Amino acid sequence: MTPISYFMVLSAILFTIGVLGVLIRRNIIVMLMSIELMLNAVNLAFIAQARRIGSMDGQVIVFFVITVAAAEAAVGLGIIISLFRNRATVNADELTLMRW
Amino acid sequence: MTREFPALGLILLFPLIGVVFNIFCGRRAGRVAVNIVAPALIFLAFGVSLIAFAVLLTMPRGAALALTLWPWIEAGSFHVDIALRFDALTAVMALVVTGVGAFIHLYSDGYMAGDQDYARFFAYMNLFAFSMLTLVLADNLLLMFVGWEGVGLCSYLLIAFWYDNPEFAYNGRKAFIVNRVGDAGFILGILTVVWALATHGVWTVTFSGMAEHRAMLRPVATLAGLLLFLGATGKSAQIPLYVWLPDAMVGPTPVSALIHAATMVTAGVYMVARLNFLYVLSPQAMTVVATVGAVTSFFAATIAIVQPDIKRVLAYSTISQIGYMMLGVGVGAFAAGIFHLMTHAFFKSLLFLCAGSVMHALEGEQEMNRMGGLRHRMPITWLTMLIAALAISGIPPFAGFFSKDLVLAYTYSSGQVWLWVLGTITVGFTALYMFRLIFLTFHGASRVEPAKAHYVHESPPVMALPLVVLAVFSIIGGWVGLPEGRLWGNAFEHFLTPITPTIIPGPGAAIAGGIPPSVASAIALALALIGIALAWVFYLQNPGLPLRMAESLRGLYRLLLHKYYIDELYNLFVSRPLFWLSQFVLFGGIDAGVIDGIVDATGLGVEGSGEGLRRLETGNVQHYAFVYLLGVLAIAAYYVYLVMG
Repeated sequence: MTPISYFMVLSAILFTIGVLGVLIRRNIIVMLMSIELMLNAVNLAFIAQARRIGSMDGQVIVFFVITVAAAEAAVGLGIIISLFRNRATVNADELTLMRW
Repeated sequence: MTREFPALGLILLFPLIGVVFNIFCGRRAGRVAVNIVAPALIFLAFGVSLIAFAVLLTMPRGAALALTLWPWIEAGSFHVDIALRFDALTAVMALVVTGVGAFIHLYSDGYMAGDQDYARFFAYMNLFAFSMLTLVLADNLLLMFVGWEGVGLCSYLLIAFWYDNPEFAYNGRKAFIVNRVGDAGFILGILTVVWALATHGVWTVTFSGMAEHRAMLRPVATLAGLLLFLGATGKSAQIPLYVWLPDAMVGPTPVSALIHAATMVTAGVYMVARLNFLYVLSPQAMTVVATVGAVTSFFAATIAIVQPDIKRVLAYSTISQIGYMMLGVGVGAFAAGIFHLMTHAFFKSLLFLCAGSVMHALEGEQEMNRMGGLRHRMPITWLTMLIAALAISGIPPFAGFFSKDLVLAYTYSSGQVWLWVLGTITVGFTALYMFRLIFLTFHGASRVEPAKAHYVHESPPVMALPLVVLAVFSIIGGWVGLPEGRLWGNAFEHFLTPITPTIIPGPGAAIAGGIPPSVASAIALALALIGIALAWVFYLQNPGLPLRMAESLRGLYRLLLHKYYIDELYNLFVSRPLFWLSQFVLFGGIDAGVIDGIVDATGLGVEGSGEGLRRLETGNVQHYAFVYLLGVLAIAAYYVYLVMG
């Protein structure tokens, strides 16, 4: 059986990639995808731990997360489309209207 | 012995009713109503005072009437009542204030006949009577202080009564500010007394309570006496705080008569007499009081000789005469000082009212150089003023002779011969300046401006009546204090002695190596006669002589005319430095620099830090996310630290 640490390390790597994606990439569609990546990294950690301790709780939470992620993706993409129609850009550096 | 006497409250209530009536209904009620109500209420207060006096006479010597109205201050063991006390000393003061005050109110009916602001005037006058009666009826030092401040306020309001003249308003402020200096001393004196008693566990400010525990006051007697006397020099216009009184003459003349001659300015003398138990503990303080009195008396009399303004002559004369009273109480002859206070109230208010009558006839003229020869046109004013002048000059049998003689006799028998010499010389000066005034105003050729000459007239009866009444008292007022052994003797002093015991040998006692008392008295009388004779020579016989003398003694004349340049000296050494200090140190340095600096720095600091911090709000969502990440990491690190220990 695959050791639990493999799952956790993979989860950490995926999460870190997600964080860096949000912080570094300028395209907000990519940033949204990076957020999805972080959510799935967390899902992986939940599943792995749930299996280790033989509990269903983690799996249930993952279903909730997937549901919320779907809604979030829908709302997020809706916002981005609206934003693009108004500003004709998806570059985060150019979307700084609420600044000093 | 003390007897509860509820009617004492009426003495205060009547003037207070007048204040309320004049303020709220005066203008609507009209001139006639105000002219009746305002004096009538003071007459009523006078009537109640007379009744109280009559009751007091039926009681044993040294007794008092009392009335406790309500508790005032309750702070632990410190307890002060609004309480009144009517003993022999208060009786004299209350009768003078209400009696003389009532006739001056009556006179004001005529004097203010042409003024539109009669209601305000009488409101202030009634308020003054109320405050002054509070001062003299108070049975404790704090309530007395309330009256003390009240009369100061009324003095200010009435000096600046015609406030649309900037000079008058300025003089009102001057009086008020100079009095503040004195009052600061007064309140420090009160605190010193309270503190000295409190350190022994005695919490009282009543006069009887303080007198009872007088032994505890001994260590602070000099300090407290001098501080309280500083208050007296302000209120009673003595050196060094007399400068406001001559300028106070810009107020209406009845005000000068009532406040700045008869009553308020004598409050300092009353205070010293009232606190005689404190002052006798400190010979040093007594010496200061007596010396200041004698020097002021002489000093002011010399200034009065050359002043051209009729009211200013009387103002300096008042300062000089209060000096006599201070001399009397200062040598320990408290009753003699109060005696002179009483006779002075009669003849000095009469002098002012006569001066007012003259000004009334001459449309406000105050320069004696533009008077003269008024005797035939104003016989009543002339005769009554002559009586007052004889009284103040100390010619028997007029009132002033007996009181002044008693003060000087006590001064002499106290052994302070130099003060006696000063006081006796001043008698001569007094006669000189007073008859200069009489001769310049009423005798000789008329120098009245032709435009006004046809208008000169005797004052109406409402003004003449008070003159006559006060003239009668200026004659007979002194007869209550005859020399011992003559008729009923010195009844006045016997009446007061239980309240204000005289602490020096009687005026009959000769001092070792000195002249007999009767000779001392004769010298003063001779000097007074010489003074009158000199005035006659200078101002009637030989009218050109004063000018020639002024020419040959130019330096001295200018010194006197400019009042020893005291106002200028005060400006140079007190007002200007204070102004400079306020302008450049307190305002420029402390206020604009430090206080405003702190305020401005607070504002600028907030603004500056905001200016810096708002740069953090870049609007770029990734920057926020980064900061958020740092926060998450910090919290995570904290929990890791907790788990790992």
